Parts: sequence; structure tokens; C-alpha cells
Amino acid sequence: MRVTRRYRFAASHRLHSATFSEDENRELYGKCSNPYGHGHDYLLEVTVAGPVDAASGHVIHVPTLDRLVSEQVLKDFDHRYLNADVAEFQTRVPTSEHIIRIIEDRLSLRWQEVFPGEWPRLDGIRLRETKRNVFELKT
Amino acid sequence: MLITRRAEFSASHVCAQRALSPEQNQRLYGQASNPSGHGHNYVLEVTLEGEPDPVTGMVFDLKKLKEVIQQTVIDPMDHRFLNYEVPPFDKVVPTTENVATEIWRRLEPHFESGGARLNNVRLYETEDLYVDYTGENR
Repeated sequence: MRVTRRYRFAASHRLHSATFSEDENRELYGKCSNPYGHGHDYLLEVTVAGPVDAASGHVIHVPTLDRLVSEQVLKDFDHRYLNADVAEFQTRVPTSEHIIRIIEDRLSLRWQEVFPGEWPRLDGIRLRETKRNVFELKT
Repeated sequence: MLITRRAEFSASHVCAQRALSPEQNQRLYGQASNPSGHGHNYVLEVTLEGEPDPVTGMVFDLKKLKEVIQQTVIDPMDHRFLNYEVPPFDKVVPTTENVATEIWRRLEPHFESGGARLNNVRLYETEDLYVDYTGENR
């Protein structure tokens, strides 16, 4: 069975790569490359999979997942300028594709410590940048 | 092809195990273990899988699907206290996982014959927490 939990964070970013000229950045990223950045209300869905524990009736202890996501992601991402405030984006353009990979890395880093058994496993991450742009990763 | 029908029901429940003390239940289930219970506006999404019938153009008659959901899930569970009024939740803790499994168990026999089979039961307990069950053991 899969359990999905939704989280939200508000963050600003600027899509701009040092490997390109100003014109090339403008051509590639359009208004997302505006110098002062812009922001989104991101909607993050974290999906886990595992068997339902016969005694508790749960696949996962949700408050434990909430704490992990809060400590590993929301604390650093929410109400931040990703390019300046989050270390990984010093070297990677904060596209939603990169954000979703970094969220996976950050959750995986402490998953075994927080959920030491075989289950639950991280099954997928979905990131909604806007209502029209959604990114999904099966882990 | 997949087709999905959505339905809603409102029900109350309490999540606690008889074998545990109130303190242990509080640690495991938090506020959900408050003895008098609390409620949710559950949202159910039932997904069927099949090929469209070449004559009718339908995977499954959505009117019939609506009736099956109404009779097997909504009528028995809507505006009920699950622990007291809806078996097996007198014995099984009505977590979202267990409610979704019970909904699958009730729906599946209706799709064993005919073109469409039950593919997924998604149950939202709140907008921010939902489970997907496909009938698998894990």
C-alpha cells in the first residue's frame, strides 16, 4: 500500500546558469531568468510504500515522516531564496527537476536512520511548481 | 484504459488499540486516539481498468459504478461512527489504510466478471493525506 502526504513551501528562485551568456540565459529560461528572481507556492507530495502493520493499522508513522520532511526540506526551503540560501543550488540551477532530485537526496540521507526496517520505503516524490507545472519522480 | 469515479463520505472514528494503554495509544496515534472520536470528510477515488466495449464505447457503465460505490461504501459509512457502526472496525483500527482495504474488499466482487477490473482505491482522509491500495499484500 502507498501513503502520500502533502507539504507546502513558498520559495523564490532564479533560473540562470553561469555556463551561458546573459542572452543565452534569457533565450533558454525566459522571464524565469529575471535578475532578482521570483517565487512559487510549491506543493510537495511524498509517497511511501509498505505493508500495513497488523497491530497499528499503519504503513508509516506519519508524524515521524512529517518531522523528517520538515527537518530535511521545509526548514531550509520554506520562505527562502533557493539560489542563495540552499547550499546545493550554489552549483545547480534550481529548476523543479533539480529541486525534486535534491529533495530525494535529502530524504534518502536520513531514511535508514529514521525508518530502520525494510519498510516503509520512499516510493515517489511529486512537486507542483504551479497548477500547470507538475514534476514527478519514482524512487 | 483507466476510469476513475470520485465519491465523498463523512464519518467519525477513533484510532486506538484495546491492548494498549491510553498513553501508548496517544504516543502512536496522537490526537486521533481521543476516546470520543473525531471526523473527516473522506474523498474516495475508485479506478477501474479495462478496454472500451466496441459497441457502447465504455470501459464500464459509470452509472452502475456510482450505484455500486453508493450501496457498498457510501450508504453504510456516510455519517456513521466507523468504530461503532461499520464492521470490521469494531475490531480493526479504522486507520485510512484499513478503511481503504475494507473499501477494496467490498468493491472487488462487483468487478470480478465483465470487462473492467478494480485497479486502485484512493482514499483521502484529508486534502494532505491519502492512501492508494491496489489489492497487493504489501
